[in-house]
Amino acid sequence: MHKEMDTTLEELRHLVSDRAIEGETMLLNMGPQHPSTHGVLRLLLELDGERVVNCVPDIGFLHTGIEKTMEAKTYTQALVLTDRMDYLNNLGNNLCYCMAVEKLIDLDVPERAQVIRVILAELQRIASHLVFLATHALDTGAMSVFLYCFRERELILDIFEMCSGQRMMTSYIRPGGLWRDVPAGFEDAVRDFIRIFPKRLKQYSDLLSGNPIYLSRTKGIGPISGPDAVRWGLSGPNLRATGVGFDLRKSNPYSGYEQYEFDVPVGSNGDVYDRYQMRLQEMGQALRIVEQALDNLPGGPVRSDNRKYVPPPRSEIGTSMEALIHHFKLWTEGFSAPEGAVYVAVESPRGELGCYLVSGGGPKPYRVHFRTPSFCTIQAIPTLVRGFLVADIVAIISSLDAVLGDTDR
Amino acid sequence: MGVESKLGNMGVVTTTLEQVVNWSRTRAMWPMLFGLACCAIEMMAAQASDYDMSRFGMELMRASPRQSDLMIVAGRVTRKMAPVLRRLYNQMPDPKWVIAMGDCCSCGGVFNNYAIVPGVDEIVPVDVYVAGCPPRPEGLIHGILTLYEKVKSEGIKTWS
Amino acid sequence: MSQIEQAVQALQKSFQDKVLSVEEFRGQTTVNLDRAVILDACKLLHDEAALQFDFLAALTAVDYWPQEPRFTLVYQLYSIPKRVFLGLGVPLQSESAEIDTVESVYANANWHEREIFDLFGITFKGHSDLRRILMPKDWEGHPLRKDYPLGYEEVQFSFNFDEIDDRKPYAKE
Repeated sequence: MHKEMDTTLEELRHLVSDRAIEGETMLLNMGPQHPSTHGVLRLLLELDGERVVNCVPDIGFLHTGIEKTMEAKTYTQALVLTDRMDYLNNLGNNLCYCMAVEKLIDLDVPERAQVIRVILAELQRIASHLVFLATHALDTGAMSVFLYCFRERELILDIFEMCSGQRMMTSYIRPGGLWRDVPAGFEDAVRDFIRIFPKRLKQYSDLLSGNPIYLSRTKGIGPISGPDAVRWGLSGPNLRATGVGFDLRKSNPYSGYEQYEFDVPVGSNGDVYDRYQMRLQEMGQALRIVEQALDNLPGGPVRSDNRKYVPPPRSEIGTSMEALIHHFKLWTEGFSAPEGAVYVAVESPRGELGCYLVSGGGPKPYRVHFRTPSFCTIQAIPTLVRGFLVADIVAIISSLDAVLGDTDR
Repeated sequence: MGVESKLGNMGVVTTTLEQVVNWSRTRAMWPMLFGLACCAIEMMAAQASDYDMSRFGMELMRASPRQSDLMIVAGRVTRKMAPVLRRLYNQMPDPKWVIAMGDCCSCGGVFNNYAIVPGVDEIVPVDVYVAGCPPRPEGLIHGILTLYEKVKSEGIKTWS
Repeated sequence: MSQIEQAVQALQKSFQDKVLSVEEFRGQTTVNLDRAVILDACKLLHDEAALQFDFLAALTAVDYWPQEPRFTLVYQLYSIPKRVFLGLGVPLQSESAEIDTVESVYANANWHEREIFDLFGITFKGHSDLRRILMPKDWEGHPLRKDYPLGYEEVQFSFNFDEIDDRKPYAKE
């Protein structure tokens, strides 16, 4: 049973240098269970003393077969599975999939739903960056930041729980808008958060950004140039840290992002420190967007009223025959989409998250493919770690903010 | 703790061997870091400030299986990961316990396909199952306290 | 003339009858090409100064079993300076499911092509490291093909709980 895990040198002959074959360099396994690999990532390192000569990532330990499972479920049932892909960006995954379904069936989304989607997506971005900051600081040795960041994250998770009943796997964003309207305490809770958070953000920045130990562990470590990053398909904060200012919210805006005023931070070196700074500043910008969206929140419905695709409210079923028929058809068979294929991309906290949806004309998607940012990020790890020390690998991997659920799907 | 102190002022406490050993096993049980997927984030949240698990003896999580006695399997177990999990379980010294946290490792959860092992109890014997997708940190803490009850009720004959 | 129209015209001029069709759906354009010219088409779209499709956003495949051509490979290209998406589609027959790799133009195609090989069985000529990536290395079959079963396990309800329970392999120790 254990034979299949053991990797032999023969299989990797074409990837390792000749010095490994002779035995001059050491092959070390940084296994799937490791405190610093941020998930079940396996790295085969070729080391010359403490320096890394080469690195071969091995993924697939969290491959859940989500794409194949979605082919067996209706469009609404498949939505539930998208939460579990990138488990730090649940609402963002929902948003990407719902936008693809809406584009495919050409469904309108009311104004209020668009604005609330933006608020929730940006809050999710802040929550995801808080986990990044917590684990990144933990890996570079600053353990107290972990406790502070999770305290703020609890505030955001309370807001999600208030809206949908679930802290993480909300499935709150549905095709046509939202599942239901936000409850009465939502605006107050978000305003409280907006009031508290800037001071905390400054606390994190004070703790880490000027700290000489932190700077020596991160400045100049794992740099990558802009053209190289584009070649390797990096996107999001990892790409912006190199100087390429590519943000899908600005270049191909969706869900009303063009109305909001926010800056996109851009770095210069593309090293670990720049990537950390990107995410820190992005949290501040996300808070700006949330405030603007909350100030301009319009009234109205939160879900499209096209009954062929969106179920009617339960109160109507007792009185209207059409509502009952629509409810019945949607719950037993599900809505059918026209034949065709669409590709929709959104800006997730990790980079470009894209959904390629192919419909064969039935109630179930024919093929769903998610282009996930962490897949390309982990692919670029060998380029980033070559020539650095083993301890730097930990700092580099944590700065890339790759989530293995996103990579393996 | 259930002890009888007959001569309390003199600093002497009388109890049974079972109670002492079980008490010491529960009061400093160190879990092994085995966070696989989404449940790992809730496990981290349970370890962090708002729902502190250090109150229950789990001050730190040990990365090495040789130094831990509890394995909290948090997340979905795929067929590729299953041999790794078994190997790590074998490396843990006795006495050891397993908590299956979340729906995916209890029964396969939301997923029912070629890639996921439907329930980690096909690979390792599980003591406590915690339901939820993901379970709230309070749910995990309830699972841990249930495990403590189970350990406290173990007799000399069942010690491994 | 918009960026997309420029790109389509450039492709049609260079490859004439190898451009099989140009589709537009919901405002997105897909150019279907013959598999022999995919590498040259990618080079053209990447290198030409007016087009600059420098980012490979997605690379995936769709299985249309039992129809022929069985597979369609889909490339989604993005131009960061010009901010536009363009899709390329390449149909492949099931007996000859192989195509050139575009790794030399877009480096991140490396793992995308490994994933397609792993899950569909399409081979890429000239790939530097073609082996399984998501499934265990001794797995048989290609899971995302339509003739591969989902691997569905029977659900335990109360009426069949005991009989399934006897069959399930529980770990004893």
